[in-house]
Amino acid sequence: MIPAQFDYLRPATLEEACQALAADDEAKVLAGGQSLLPLLRLRLAYPTTLVDIGRLPGLTGVHDRGDHVFIGALATHDEVLRSPVVRAGCPLVALAAATVADPAVRHRGTFGGSLAHADPAGDLPAVVLALDGVLVARSAEGEREIAAADFFADYLETTLEAGEILVGVKIPKLAGEWGFHYEKFRRTVQAWAIVGVAVAVRRSNGSIQEARIGLSNMGTTPLRARAAESALQGVELGEAVRQACEEASADTAPPADLHAQPDYRRHLARVLTHRAVRTAAGTP
Amino acid sequence: MTEVGTARRRKEDARLLTGRTQWTDNMQLPGMAYVAFLRSPMAHARITRVDVSAARGLPGVIAAYAGADFAEEQGSLPCAWPVSEDIVIPDHPPMAVSEVRYVGEAVACVVATDRYKAADALDAIEVDYEPLPPVLDMNDALTEGSPKVHEAGNQAFTWRLTQGDVDAALRDAPVLIDRTYIQQRLIPTAMEPRAVMATSDGESFTLWSATQIPHVLRLMLALTTGIPEHKLRVIAPDVGGGFGSKLQVTAEEVLCLLLTRKTGRPVKWTESRSEGNLTVHHGRDQIQHVTLAAEADGRIRGLRVELLADMGAYLMLVTPGVPILGAFMFNGIYKMDAYDFNCTGVFTTKMPTDAYRGAGRPEATYAIERVMDELAAELNLDPIEVRRRNWIRHEEFPYTTVAGLTYDSGNYEAATDKALSLFGYDKLRAEQGDRRDRGDPVQLGIGVSTYTEMCGLAPSRVLGSLSYGAGGWEHGSVRMLPTGKVEVVTGSSPHGQGHETAWSQIVADALGVPFDDVSVIHGDTAISHKGMDTYGSRSLVVGGVAVLAACEKVKEKARKIAAHVLECAPDDVEFSEGTFRVRGTDSGKTIQELSLATFAAHDLPDGVEARLDADATVDPDNFSFPHGTHLCAVEVDTETGMTKIRSYVAVDDVGKVVNPLIVEGQVHGGIAQGVGQALYEEAVYDAEGNLLTSTMADYLVPSAADLPAFVTDRTETPATSNPLGVKGVGEAGTIASTPAVVNAIVDALRPRGVHDVQMPCTPERIWRALS
Repeated sequence: MIPAQFDYLRPATLEEACQALAADDEAKVLAGGQSLLPLLRLRLAYPTTLVDIGRLPGLTGVHDRGDHVFIGALATHDEVLRSPVVRAGCPLVALAAATVADPAVRHRGTFGGSLAHADPAGDLPAVVLALDGVLVARSAEGEREIAAADFFADYLETTLEAGEILVGVKIPKLAGEWGFHYEKFRRTVQAWAIVGVAVAVRRSNGSIQEARIGLSNMGTTPLRARAAESALQGVELGEAVRQACEEASADTAPPADLHAQPDYRRHLARVLTHRAVRTAAGTP
Repeated sequence: MTEVGTARRRKEDARLLTGRTQWTDNMQLPGMAYVAFLRSPMAHARITRVDVSAARGLPGVIAAYAGADFAEEQGSLPCAWPVSEDIVIPDHPPMAVSEVRYVGEAVACVVATDRYKAADALDAIEVDYEPLPPVLDMNDALTEGSPKVHEAGNQAFTWRLTQGDVDAALRDAPVLIDRTYIQQRLIPTAMEPRAVMATSDGESFTLWSATQIPHVLRLMLALTTGIPEHKLRVIAPDVGGGFGSKLQVTAEEVLCLLLTRKTGRPVKWTESRSEGNLTVHHGRDQIQHVTLAAEADGRIRGLRVELLADMGAYLMLVTPGVPILGAFMFNGIYKMDAYDFNCTGVFTTKMPTDAYRGAGRPEATYAIERVMDELAAELNLDPIEVRRRNWIRHEEFPYTTVAGLTYDSGNYEAATDKALSLFGYDKLRAEQGDRRDRGDPVQLGIGVSTYTEMCGLAPSRVLGSLSYGAGGWEHGSVRMLPTGKVEVVTGSSPHGQGHETAWSQIVADALGVPFDDVSVIHGDTAISHKGMDTYGSRSLVVGGVAVLAACEKVKEKARKIAAHVLECAPDDVEFSEGTFRVRGTDSGKTIQELSLATFAAHDLPDGVEARLDADATVDPDNFSFPHGTHLCAVEVDTETGMTKIRSYVAVDDVGKVVNPLIVEGQVHGGIAQGVGQALYEEAVYDAEGNLLTSTMADYLVPSAADLPAFVTDRTETPATSNPLGVKGVGEAGTIASTPAVVNAIVDALRPRGVHDVQMPCTPERIWRALS
């Protein structure tokens, strides 16, 4: 890797890291580096300073906090997908984390990093959005909680302020009988999702009571398929589910790129949502 | 037990896998400087100004140059295969001086004390371009009024091969299959990027390069730069793959030589992956118009091929020869009386194309194997059956094909029968029927490819008749050391093939020495003084055979010395398992004892030199023709277009096998690379001529996780053109697998009215074909 010149800081405390970021608009946070380093390598990013938070204490680990799971920003994907706390409290996160890139990336890449990077093609933003996660950010002014729905602003943009660092994510535990599935459509195992669909459904008496659907790579941010969620409410399992999932592409603005045109992505969103809902509802 | 035929683990692997070896980029020389190239962002433009002065003033920058600074000394990159009388070989300056013709062409460079400073300084170079229209489509390029890539026009050459009366064969043919196939542009993607290091003492030059062709490179660099051949040493240290992409004389190699001369310092350049995607020569990129005429029973009457081959912006080392190699293979394994092949080479404003694993033969094999399936569908015949009705039967060998090659040996029936049985063909056909009947959204397709290929690029006379610039011989040297160990110097230059292991096995058997007592040296023109290098599955077939021939000479020398020591006539000496014995007695000397005796030279026969070594240069009188039958079952999800290879069987006939493990490796990797073309890979340029697939996030190559476990087996009909009976295996898998996969996909979708899917068969393309 031959990046352009940058300064490198490794602050000892979170406070120092926040100050370093607040002092320099062009500074970037370095955690696992799995998104940032490729940008540096390609000279698509020219940060003046990298603020390495990789060894800061207190940002790691996965914690059971009663009504929610708290995932530290520096928890690696591998740690997350293997965590009994995640598997019990928010299994959809583990299912999606297991599909991120390849084992090498999953051992280095961090949960917080992939959210703060805010790539709509990433797997975890749509999951956190579907689960109504709450992102916790710290700055010199203190701590702030941001609902996932308010976090993803645009392509690779979040509502984090200068000087704010993501420290973790609260994933609420869902009460009742929920099923989960992450359906990722990609050409090779290591490739980005052409479309990804994260689904949680609550099912009882042969029908779907409630559905949460997050879409990857169907717009400039991760999206909730609200129309499909509404259409699925109270629907009996069977053909009606397929019809309800036809709404999955409503209000999306998928990109056109080498791997797919928007019409194909919309089609995939519908088909994959149906498959994900069926799997999550336990009707393969 | 003989060594040849044993599945030895490769003796070179430990150092290659751990990296404790001399990859070019690992090496350091005192005072090393680093080179970075500024590359054209325009597909086609006149260069009106280049100003490197600001870069020259930056810290750590030793020198910065524009193309004009090299104009007097850089020469023109060579094309060694002027295939026709009408060929146009445009001037190809290693660094563009007045005009750029593809995105990525070097326009300036920086030499700095480290590679970061070199890369940073590129930003300080100013270049003014006056845009010219890009030329991106081959058909458009040939129309009158098209913008021109070169002043002489966009047609590089025309080339024809014709036999029999194709017009008559096509006229009133009961069945006529007329198809156009597109061989997409591919990027070779070797694991090790290109790397070059050069140094000079002011008079002599040494160049290290991650190249397949140190010997050819030395000659070509001498001719290009004017550095006398005897003052230029080229070293290919361990090289991490090539697939043809390092069968080249590159701009960067020439420029590094010139830069070490200009700066008086050793220089090194290592490309990034993205730089490589832009500027490593690309492969394939042909439009094939194929017309096949057949009788009502499926027997082929004749074949016509109209081929457009994209040369890219310039003709590089063997650019125009690639489609010509294919010309001899469009008829495949089939008998026919009439064949007409017409090829036009076309210039476009893209990276030049050149050899890529298979070079011409995968393209041809794809076309004929796809068309055979179309013929079967037209006649409602099983695709295996239509092949049986046309292929050369085993008792008909040697067989001279309509394209003029003489296939020496083969048994297509045996390979096919074995493959069908391993595959469970009938059962899979039954499952296919079931899925069709019940309208399963996941349909099953079965694809077959009964391929052959010409390889072991040898006969110098034939290559000469095709206007190829070099011969096809190979050289080997074998020397016994005083302790009885053996050093082998080979002229072919490995970059992953396992020469050290396979050659050791051949020598161990020939001289009766232990496998571990043989070491193989390669890749340095100062040590391996003669060679034609590695490409076209030629190493074993020509280079391995040369080593064997050298062993035979060593043995004959040793026999004379043994006879003298044993006090008998040479004819009374017999050789077995490393020991020379007087016939019918126990009295004998081992070859190791004779090595020491020869070294001491105290008691040698009169007129015998004190050396137990020999050289051999061999030039087989024919190509070799591996063949085989590959069968592939693909599941196609008709709702999404996603494909999944469910099972894959490859039965290859590569003649005698020296090391089954190496053969397996070549077959596995070859299949994977062919699957890459069928399903994943494509170099895409946009309407302005920018390469969109410059990273591996966009240029997808399959990994083991995307592929099924291949079932491989072999049949063995020895080649008759060499004493080992070997045929070569480097490209067979790639040649065979692409059509097998696409045939399977089309087979799955044929009831839905789909007769073709353009490669790579992406889910989106399949979905659109069904929509």
